[in-house]
Amino acid sequence: MNLRPDPTFHASPKLAMEAPAENYAFTVMFSRDQSQPDGIAVIDLKKGSDTYGQVVHKVIVPNKGDEFHHFGWNACSSSLSPLTGHAFLERRYLIVPGIRSSRIYVIDVKDPLKAHIHKTIEPEEVFSKTGYSRPHTIHCGPEGIYVSCLGGGGEDGTDGPPGIFIMDCETFDIIGQYEMDRGKQDKHYDFWWNLPQNYMVSSEWGLPPQFENGVVPEDLLSNKYGHSIHFWDLRARKNIQTIDFGENYQMALEIRPAHDPTKSYGFCGVVVDTTNLQGAIFTWWRDDDGVWQSKKTITIDPRPEDPANLPPLLQGFAAVPPLITDIDLSLDDKYLYVACFGLGEMHQYDVSDPMNPVLAGKVELGGIAKGKKHPNGKDFVYGPQMVEISRDGKRVYWTNSLYSTWDDQFYPGEEGGQMVMADVGENGGLTLNKDFYVNFPKGLRTHQIRLEGGDCSTDAFCYPSV
Amino acid sequence: MADEVISITALWWAVIFSGVYHGVNPGMGWPLAVSAALMERKNTSLARALAMLAAGHFLAMVAILLPFSIMIFLVDWETEIRIGAGILVIVMGIYLLLNQRHPKILGRIHPARLALWSFLAAMAHGAGLMLVPIYLGICSIDPEDTGHLATQILMSNNISTAFTVAAAHTASMTLAGGIVAVLVHAWLGLTFISKTWFNLDIIWALSLVLVGCFGIYSGYYGH
Repeated sequence: MNLRPDPTFHASPKLAMEAPAENYAFTVMFSRDQSQPDGIAVIDLKKGSDTYGQVVHKVIVPNKGDEFHHFGWNACSSSLSPLTGHAFLERRYLIVPGIRSSRIYVIDVKDPLKAHIHKTIEPEEVFSKTGYSRPHTIHCGPEGIYVSCLGGGGEDGTDGPPGIFIMDCETFDIIGQYEMDRGKQDKHYDFWWNLPQNYMVSSEWGLPPQFENGVVPEDLLSNKYGHSIHFWDLRARKNIQTIDFGENYQMALEIRPAHDPTKSYGFCGVVVDTTNLQGAIFTWWRDDDGVWQSKKTITIDPRPEDPANLPPLLQGFAAVPPLITDIDLSLDDKYLYVACFGLGEMHQYDVSDPMNPVLAGKVELGGIAKGKKHPNGKDFVYGPQMVEISRDGKRVYWTNSLYSTWDDQFYPGEEGGQMVMADVGENGGLTLNKDFYVNFPKGLRTHQIRLEGGDCSTDAFCYPSV
Repeated sequence: MADEVISITALWWAVIFSGVYHGVNPGMGWPLAVSAALMERKNTSLARALAMLAAGHFLAMVAILLPFSIMIFLVDWETEIRIGAGILVIVMGIYLLLNQRHPKILGRIHPARLALWSFLAAMAHGAGLMLVPIYLGICSIDPEDTGHLATQILMSNNISTAFTVAAAHTASMTLAGGIVAVLVHAWLGLTFISKTWFNLDIIWALSLVLVGCFGIYSGYYGH
């Protein structure tokens, strides 16, 4: 327990942007064939450092087959609201779930170069205390750390709906299910919130049989993946409204609310529109009557391609779908970054007017039937995927893997893990940085990135930018 | 007699001082008034939030003091009650020293219900208990004088004293917190919130123990 608030806690998004730049990144590494244990790579981001852009430390876990995916901090800037009662928590632990094993590691990164496992929560404890499985997204919130789960109970995770559970933010003991009234919610993926306005938004991917062994084409073409987002009264733990984007909008994934707590809008990325293979971004907002609304504000077209160049899954369509698999919003709520895992592109949209996004920058890298190389001449396997933005909004980092079995379907026979960075121009625009290219150890793929001291998809702010 | 007047004055100052102590502590709520003003872009929201925080705090003080004001009409038991109250305050302080976890229930309160939050936060931290020994000190009267005072009058005096103590304490707390909130909102800026927030958990718990000891001492020796 600190005597002063953690120096990485900032009252407003603006103060976080003005804070010192990130020194380290933490990136997950996982073994596709489960032949070696997964881990967290610590990457040096200090400008001018001899080991800049290199993996300077690794935390390798003792088990195999966890499949790390998303992870998050034990505490964030929201601690600075007296309402949380936890002003003196340290931003010190990364909560790292195994999406395949349902095991959760708590990793102490107080000294990034000596990061180590602090606590392990075994899958049986997750199952018995929550009735959920396949833990995924982490956010620190009211009453503790929230963990969204993609699976319910039972062997294949379909015994009961998936949902969120809460962990104690100091002991990391599992407290239990979050939901008191889940309404129509029967699938789960991402969630985030606006703490002062007391709302939470959650999204849907699919149930474990729909993703663990790869995308199920019949389910996708019959629109059986998730296509709704849910609005919650956060503290009452109650689903107050469900918005169905339409059944053709398959896989509503990342939820990115505006960071400024005075704003009541945000974005959600949809992987594929099954009527035309487009990728889509919806803007959601609360209207003057307090009712939540949504509108499709960005579409990205598929690229026609000779079936001979395509993986079997896509040959029948003779096209490469964009596959919007991650989005991230800069702390000033100005730029939305959209990863197109299929096309091999990272888009930057100016969303100053959230109802009318304007494409401001674009980078091509990797991609199905394209394999665009990095400016340094090296390969970028698969396509741009998990994206993370520096607090000051000047650097955008991303990795290349979506999910083990899905990588194999869209990019059969390929293997590798890379992390790259692009510089953001003064007035928008995106340029790949030649000097930043992390190639992960052989046999290990990568997914989510977290930046030391917080980034653009972790901290919830309780005071507006002024 | 002169000594007694001075010590009663000192006790009233203790009521005021503890209010200032609660008021300037960010944990008791003034940053919420700043947040309200910024969120709603209205200066009046700051005053409204402070008023809600004050209402909750006042109720928490009254809720703790009233049972004691009703109890101490048992003049014969005054010493025992005062010593018992002192022990209770010490126990709360020791509990807070040993258990530095924060009550999760506060996390379930809707952010707009500041009065409820303020009430429960004050209850959870024993803010009302801190006033009890001071309050009992103010109420205490020379046993020789009590013979000709009707119990009813004594009790109603004590009840009105309880309200006055709670009001004076809450007023000083609100004034102190309000001054900081206005300064931060108008001039100092949001960085001031994290810069001036100190972990007072241990000092707070020790203050309770100290006040409890005073309660026992003054109960035993009179004042």
